[in-house]
Amino acid sequence: MLNSLKGLWVTFVSTVNGLRDPVTREYPSTGTLWKRNKRPTPVQDRFMGFPALTWDGEVEEPFCTSCMVCIRQCPTQCMSATMIDNPAHQEGRSSRRKIVESFEINLNRCILCGICVEVCNFDAIVMSHEHEMSTYQRNGDRVDLPALLDIGKKFQQETEWVPPTVLAKQRAAKEAGQEEVAQDGPANEEPAAAADSADG
Amino acid sequence: MTEASSKIAAAGEPMEMLLNMGPQHPSTHGVFRMVLQVDGEKILDSEPHIGYLHRGSEKLCEGEQYHQVITLFDRMDYIANFNNEMVYCMAVEKLMGLTVPERAEYVRVILCELNRIASHLLFVATMGLDAGAMTPSMICFRGRERVQALFEAVSGARMMHNYFRVGGIKEDLPENFGEMVGELLPLLRADVEESDKLLTFNEIFLARLKNVGAISTEDALDYGFTGPCLRACGVDYDLRKAQPYSVYDRFEFDVPVGLDGDCWDRHYVRVQEMYESLKIVEQALEQMAEGNIASSLGRRLIRPPKGEVYVRAENPRGELGVYLVSDGTDKPYRLKVRPPSFCNLSAIRHLLRNTWIADSVVILGSLDIVLGEVDR
Repeated sequence: MLNSLKGLWVTFVSTVNGLRDPVTREYPSTGTLWKRNKRPTPVQDRFMGFPALTWDGEVEEPFCTSCMVCIRQCPTQCMSATMIDNPAHQEGRSSRRKIVESFEINLNRCILCGICVEVCNFDAIVMSHEHEMSTYQRNGDRVDLPALLDIGKKFQQETEWVPPTVLAKQRAAKEAGQEEVAQDGPANEEPAAAADSADG
Repeated sequence: MTEASSKIAAAGEPMEMLLNMGPQHPSTHGVFRMVLQVDGEKILDSEPHIGYLHRGSEKLCEGEQYHQVITLFDRMDYIANFNNEMVYCMAVEKLMGLTVPERAEYVRVILCELNRIASHLLFVATMGLDAGAMTPSMICFRGRERVQALFEAVSGARMMHNYFRVGGIKEDLPENFGEMVGELLPLLRADVEESDKLLTFNEIFLARLKNVGAISTEDALDYGFTGPCLRACGVDYDLRKAQPYSVYDRFEFDVPVGLDGDCWDRHYVRVQEMYESLKIVEQALEQMAEGNIASSLGRRLIRPPKGEVYVRAENPRGELGVYLVSDGTDKPYRLKVRPPSFCNLSAIRHLLRNTWIADSVVILGSLDIVLGEVDR
């Protein structure tokens, strides 16, 4: 009898606590029952949503050189890409000799493991914060290059994205006590050499 | 008059019948089917059917490169992802003779122990539900949610983390990790205590679980029980103590054991383990120092030397073993997993004999199986 009352007391306390501060959230809108908020569900900074390609605002072209490292390392083979000679390089505007022509990710197959981001040498692919992408068509989640870049641009704007290699250089410079080292982006590296080293 | 009803008419005669439980039954915690041979409410015999979630993980491992296999291990025991990743990484490291930087070991231990708490919280929640208690499950899921929010901040995913690497971890902890854990631990302890207070010594709960599904120590050892299920029988066997791996020999913690090996003991051992895990996390946070988080291996392709290795570790569900054979290429030649859930589940026929149908739910629940691991 005493035990039952004890149990009821804990239940009562939980109920009162629950009324004060609801743990559950409305989905997809955030906020409480009384105050709806139509923003998408917040995610953590490191959240791995669907992969997207990044846009180099300086040269107005994608970071991706279609070196195929991510495609070979993907556990589910969900990506494909083709490469062309970069016309901007011939004009001298860009340091990328090759550039991506087409890129497709089948987001239905993607398991959001983040391996592609880890192996990329050009900061060209990111795990965006996009996660509400269900469609009604069977192949509706096959995303092509322009769509991937759109997601990437959105992600870059929202998070004020800085290429990881630039970040690493900045950190190294800070540790060395120097400043103004991290001006050069990853685009200035030799694409072919970096692609070779990735295969090990 | 049909044949069946004529049998009923013959009073006193036992009438056996077959009862299908599952595969779509809420108490099976997945897709698991039991064919029960019952006489009234009494179970005379039972036949478990597994394989509904078979994905061929072991075979798939042979087709993936070493670092890609980690994603498959995430999906085996999907309640304790970090623990699973850790065993696989340890296996490859042992094969290659790698030493893991100390900071990485501490990060691994912290995340594994938090994952153990999350896993046991889920157990307490479902155990309560199986026995008919609704409120504890809400409290437990609240605690579990907090742990998963931390995991998301650390690894970027709530469940399929892919965060551990051969020779270390993927990236260092976020800068505000200390604050986040500092906030989390008291809340988590409160959640564990609240569900413990509410459920463990509840009269109804005791009546449902005590002396139900008891197994003797000899039988438990014969069936290959490990983990909390074995410790509930009074065997003081925990790999973290018996064969310390990683940095577990540097922490002070107790191994809770039960007395009778019944359902309640299995529940009680897990509840106590959560407190011990909290202790380990606190100690690890104190001892952890700055340093490297990955070995010099970097992102290069892994090609371990020819050979074979068996590595085991204490998972929330028991002893997870990985037998790895390498032929010197970039993919495993053979990978065999010794899943704790599968071995614990093998005793279900023995446990269910001469019990009631209503008890079969709590007996199965108390084994805490994860079908992703049983079927692989």
